[in-house]
Amino acid sequence: MDYLTLIQLLDSTVRLATPLLLACLAGLFSERAGIFDIGLEGKMLAAAFFSAAVASITGDVWIGLLAGIAASLVLSALHGIASITFRGNQLISGVAINFLAAGMTVLIAQSWFKQGGRTPSLVGGARFEGITLPGAEAIADVPIVGPLYAELISGHSILVYMALAAVPLTWWLLYRTRFGLRLRAVGENPASVDTAGISVVGLRYAAVAICGVLCGIAGAYLSTALQAGFVKDMSAGRGFIALAALIFAKWRPWYALWATLLFGLFGALETRPDVIEAVIGMKVQGQLMGALPYIMTVVILAGFVGKAIPPRAGGEPYVKER
Amino acid sequence: MTDDKTLERQATAAPTSAHAIELKGISKAFGPVQANKDISIRVMPGTIHGIIGENGAGKSTLMSILYGFYKADKGEIWINGSKKDIPDSQAAIAAGIGMVFQHFKLVENFTVLENIILGAEDGMMLRPSLAKARRTLVELAADYGLNVDPDALIQDIGVGMQQRVEILKALYRQADILILDEPTGVLTPAEADQLFRILGRLKSEGKTIILITHKLREIMEATDTVSVMRRGEMTATVKTSDTSPAELAELMVGRKVLLQVNKTPSTPGDVVLDVKNLKVIDDKGVERLRGIDLQVRAGEIVGIAGVAGNGQSELLEVLGGYEDGTGEVMLNGQPLDLTGRYSDGQSRRARGVAHVPEDRQREGLIMEYQAWENTAFGYHHDPAYRSGILMNNNAIREDTAEKMERFDVRPPNPKLAAKNFSGGNQQKIVLAREIERNPDLLLIGQPTRGVDIGAIEFIHQQIVALRDQGKAILLVSVELEEILALSDRIAVMFDGRIMGERLPDQTDEKELGLLMAGITDTDAPHDVAEVEANLAHVSGDPHKEV
Repeated sequence: MDYLTLIQLLDSTVRLATPLLLACLAGLFSERAGIFDIGLEGKMLAAAFFSAAVASITGDVWIGLLAGIAASLVLSALHGIASITFRGNQLISGVAINFLAAGMTVLIAQSWFKQGGRTPSLVGGARFEGITLPGAEAIADVPIVGPLYAELISGHSILVYMALAAVPLTWWLLYRTRFGLRLRAVGENPASVDTAGISVVGLRYAAVAICGVLCGIAGAYLSTALQAGFVKDMSAGRGFIALAALIFAKWRPWYALWATLLFGLFGALETRPDVIEAVIGMKVQGQLMGALPYIMTVVILAGFVGKAIPPRAGGEPYVKER
Repeated sequence: MTDDKTLERQATAAPTSAHAIELKGISKAFGPVQANKDISIRVMPGTIHGIIGENGAGKSTLMSILYGFYKADKGEIWINGSKKDIPDSQAAIAAGIGMVFQHFKLVENFTVLENIILGAEDGMMLRPSLAKARRTLVELAADYGLNVDPDALIQDIGVGMQQRVEILKALYRQADILILDEPTGVLTPAEADQLFRILGRLKSEGKTIILITHKLREIMEATDTVSVMRRGEMTATVKTSDTSPAELAELMVGRKVLLQVNKTPSTPGDVVLDVKNLKVIDDKGVERLRGIDLQVRAGEIVGIAGVAGNGQSELLEVLGGYEDGTGEVMLNGQPLDLTGRYSDGQSRRARGVAHVPEDRQREGLIMEYQAWENTAFGYHHDPAYRSGILMNNNAIREDTAEKMERFDVRPPNPKLAAKNFSGGNQQKIVLAREIERNPDLLLIGQPTRGVDIGAIEFIHQQIVALRDQGKAILLVSVELEEILALSDRIAVMFDGRIMGERLPDQTDEKELGLLMAGITDTDAPHDVAEVEANLAHVSGDPHKEV
């Protein structure tokens, strides 16, 4: 494997890791506040559709992004009402959201665009194009560093950089601010927050809303940056892989980055069986690469690589006790 | 029955403005249940006021109203002479009220410092708040003798220390009024003594303290004034120095109660249970029992004293057949399987072992099931309960009705779900099921936890009656008074070991308390030898009357 192939592979890794990272951080906010969210998948899908649809209609991808975030937020609110206000089962609410999004997106797409449940291909300003970082072209021909900067670091869409910036931001918010302290506390022992005179419900809604925004960006990235338009079920299980990454990352922001990059690498390798064959000298089915994130998560959950302890109050509605 | 009117000796009569807390006519109902009925209290600043009452008397409800957890249907709250509206905890904190709950409200994987500032941060950013809290903590430690390691994680420190963090939380929020709800439930006697020293210190610094408890001893030792609650009503408020434990107990239940159990000396027979080097390792690899040696004879109650979590539960579980162990256990001279397919509840029952588990609501009963269904559990193979391959529900119901009659279960309705009985009556249902099977050995854990005083007496009588029938009884309880009152022999457990055995009339709470804290009495080997000699004497001649 030559250097350029490696750069290409890593470039592909970053692109594929971005939606996972955004969704993983989305899940991190929600679950750290004690609200399990298996509806990441559905929210991404809804956001993917609405951002592509609105971008296609208006011709402005930024309006599309906002529409995607709004769609995701609506589903988040639904999850919040069901699981926080009405103390329903968080898993069931999440499953419902996934089904709702899967059916609704195709139905509305067909009704609006009559193209068999997809949106028209996005062109020009209706799509996030890669941005060339300053000096990329100038040093492109410098050996080693040139391709690294021009091919791998430069040339991604703005959403990729936003996702990467979200990691330190999340860490800072969680561990350095009052909001973060309270958010982590409400996921561990909501009674401690309640007796301190802070609203458990308010904090959990805030967390669910942040989750909605991040899922919205993740979905918009799928249809307006990674690809050019919405197709049926285009989230393709990424919401679940993000959940797997969240467990793999033990609910920590920096670990989430490494976990999603690793899972992104598996995704990149899935499309390059030739690279695997060149490296290990053996043919490996691409599907195995696709399954690796899940296999690794099972291994993690079985406790082979340290213990992944979820937030203690996760999944349980808070009921004030006597 | 005492006439309540004679007890209206109000301990305080100063003008309203002088009171730290004044509650006027507080009433609160949960549906049809009147939890608090027209309750008024006045507490002078700089005093410790006790509130005593049985479980369900409405103590915690009243304090939850004061802390803003519930809104009273009627009544007024006055703090330091001005009327306050306390709709939530934030308002209570602002009014200078702090509360230490029975179950601590701490975040386990946060540090002490993080727990203290949670909800009382100074601004958006954490660092300045943490730094300020660290400085304040040093001052508080100096003022009140409340030393804690600010950087320790809550999950790494003991319950006594955790409680200290709760007190510091309240003080950090500048509470002048501190409410403690059953603070000694989880503490060793030594830790409890330490707590009361801290409370004394807080009092001398001018803090007002409300102590909620059902332990008479604590009221007598720690409080200046005491209010007694019974069934949602305040039956009396008196100066502690003007009253006695007997009077308070009477006020709590509305009649005289035997604090002592009436029993004759035991006449131990053959060894029924013989445990040698019993070990249990839990699924985390922690050794919970580190080699237990214990004998229980026929016609004898052996009490296991200890602070909860020192292996008593595991001892009951392994003997009851639902935890695996290693070692040698003989029952009536025959070995008992500690692992494998003959180590389960069914096999134990077949060998004459009955078990009243510690947590009746989780292990003893299915709360949603009716009393008759619960009565059949474990004994559903009984031919009397069967007709062919089906269960004979009518027979079970009739049998249950009889048992309920004999054990004075109220209401005696076999078709009522277990959750609809009071704690004491639930326990009687479990006891009736196990005792009526005429076991050779009864394992009984926390027989009177969450049980009202009237039922405690009845349950104690049943246990003694079973002993007098020549049965062996292994009793586990965290209530030292209960152990002392019921046992013929006391073994103290600490950290998975038996620290020593004592005879109840030759020991006291102080000595047992030291053993419960893992301190063996090295200063008095003479006494220990004496006790051992006594024990040897008892076991040497089983048929001799002691």
